[in-house]
Amino acid sequence: MRPFNFTKVTTVKDGITKKEDTGQYIAGGTNLLDLMKKHIAQPEMLVDITTISSSIKPLKTGVQIGAMVRNSTLTLDNEILTKYPLIAKAILAGASPQIRNMASTGGNLLQRTRCVYFYDVDMPCNKREPGSGCSALHGNNRMSAIVGWSEDCVAVHPSDLCIALVALDASVKVVEKNQKERIIPFKDFHRLPGNTPHQDNNLPANAIITAIEVPVNPFNKHYAYLKLRDRDSYAFALVSVAAALHLENNRIVDARLASGGVAHKPWRWSDAENFLKGKEANTANFQEAARIAAEQTKPLEGNAFKVPMLKGAIEVALQNCLTA
Amino acid sequence: MNEQTLSRRFFLKVSGAFVALAAVPSTVHAFYQDVKSFLVPPKETLPTTLTINKQPYKVTADTRSTLLDLLREELQLTGTKKGCDHGQCGACTVHVDGQRVLSCLTLTAMLPGKTVTTIEGLADGEKLHPMQQAFIECDGFQCGYCTPGQIMSAVACVNEGHTKSVAEIKEFMSGNLCRCGAYNGIVEAIQKVAK
Ligand SMILES: Cc1cc2nc3c(=O)[nH]c(=O)nc-3n(C[C@H](O)[C@H](O)[C@H](O)COP(=O)(O)OP(=O)(O)OC[C@H]3O[C@@H](n4cnc5c(N)ncnc54)[C@H](O)[C@@H]3O)c2cc1C
Ligand code: FES
Ligand code: FES
Repeated sequence: MRPFNFTKVTTVKDGITKKEDTGQYIAGGTNLLDLMKKHIAQPEMLVDITTISSSIKPLKTGVQIGAMVRNSTLTLDNEILTKYPLIAKAILAGASPQIRNMASTGGNLLQRTRCVYFYDVDMPCNKREPGSGCSALHGNNRMSAIVGWSEDCVAVHPSDLCIALVALDASVKVVEKNQKERIIPFKDFHRLPGNTPHQDNNLPANAIITAIEVPVNPFNKHYAYLKLRDRDSYAFALVSVAAALHLENNRIVDARLASGGVAHKPWRWSDAENFLKGKEANTANFQEAARIAAEQTKPLEGNAFKVPMLKGAIEVALQNCLTA
Repeated sequence: MNEQTLSRRFFLKVSGAFVALAAVPSTVHAFYQDVKSFLVPPKETLPTTLTINKQPYKVTADTRSTLLDLLREELQLTGTKKGCDHGQCGACTVHVDGQRVLSCLTLTAMLPGKTVTTIEGLADGEKLHPMQQAFIECDGFQCGYCTPGQIMSAVACVNEGHTKSVAEIKEFMSGNLCRCGAYNGIVEAIQKVAK
């Protein structure tokens, strides 16, 4: 690790004032320290923000989750478990109990890709070193994207929590360098790679995420999070699916379908959702929704297996919604 | 020219040469220092007070020091193991304020006022913690390298109440890898203590 200066702040305002351009905020540290040990991140100063906004506040319009709420806290909170259980389900499918105790809500959004070439500093990677090339495009791309990728980057966003949040139409509350507050819809928070894959998201420079807001929703009865990976637990997704249905007499009033492990950002299958609306909740319709989603994919040389995997996962997740 | 002027001159010459000679290495030295601080920025240290295994500690650590390195390298508490140093194996699991965390991804600088428990702090004098005893009785290890982390994680797993089934125990112990494959014994030990 490169030596750095360390400052702890207790308010968002202070954090923004103290952080220099060459510095970085640190929350749980589970991603940042890993990257610093590998010299992928080399901040000259760390600003410890662990004592900012760490409460879960019920609002009239939904719930506000402070950026420093730890992932494991979310899985135990009554408000979350009764009204937004998909969030807890997704978190429990990720990382390990130790990491979930450390990882923060804000940090989870900003964790960087797990693409092997991003981690291998001896290999070209446009995300790590803009302009150096994408080694995964024709390299080992088994774990890479099947939708929304570009010639410059085929990496995927590794989060599970974010898949539930994008499915539930969450939004991200940030405070910018000029101390002004801004709300960014979750679906616009992360970016597609295009020709600027070094930018994972649209968080303005030096801004702090203060909270995530999730609107009131009818998806607390029929929901599922299905994660397919190389081992049963403690592994990143090859493909994951967050599914949620609002049913009235077995008719689908509203549907949500999102996936992890497939794209550079948490991905919503809007066409499949639209197809499901108004239909009966049955296997044939679930199969059709899965087919619509799968049709929109464009796999790489090494990950065509993800397409049937995705199709099956969507179908099973939707079925699981009925028994959940 | 008498003896005195000669020696005076000689003195001036020699001392001048020494000054010049001394000046050269000092500029080289300064240059070296400049290059070094550019290439290898000087380390920053920070004083931290924390409690480890019920004992207060006052340490001045490099800001880069992880709790794992502090324990092993500075405090000689080598029970906590370094497996991967990247959050992938669980060998370094300790408790901070009663919660299981990975000491390899925890900065010492972030711990002022915190309470840390390591494997050395579990036993009550000569009397082993029930989980330590259960690991011995159930063959919960072979080489023993992952064991301190497994035990710290297992204690937390029981405290959290994640012991309702073998499947639940396995899921909530998945952050601790064991290259020897002592998993069955580990699950048994946890079931024994959870009873
Ligand atoms: C072995 C391993 C397995 C894992 N498996 C999974 C998995 O299966 N699924 C999954 O979803 N995740 C997984 N993770 C990732 C883990 O969830 C993330 O590392 C974690 O959520 C990051 O949160 P943090 O608080 O530790 O972030 P940090 O490491 O502290 O920060 C990450 C980044 O976010 C910035 N940051 C943090 N908080 C803020 C804020 N409030 N405002 C502005 N910037 C901020 C930091 O500057 C840094 O750049 C795994 C991690 C490891 C090490
Ligand atoms: S040494 Fe910390 S998880 Fe492996
Ligand atoms: S006992 Fe050898 S690694 Fe677990």
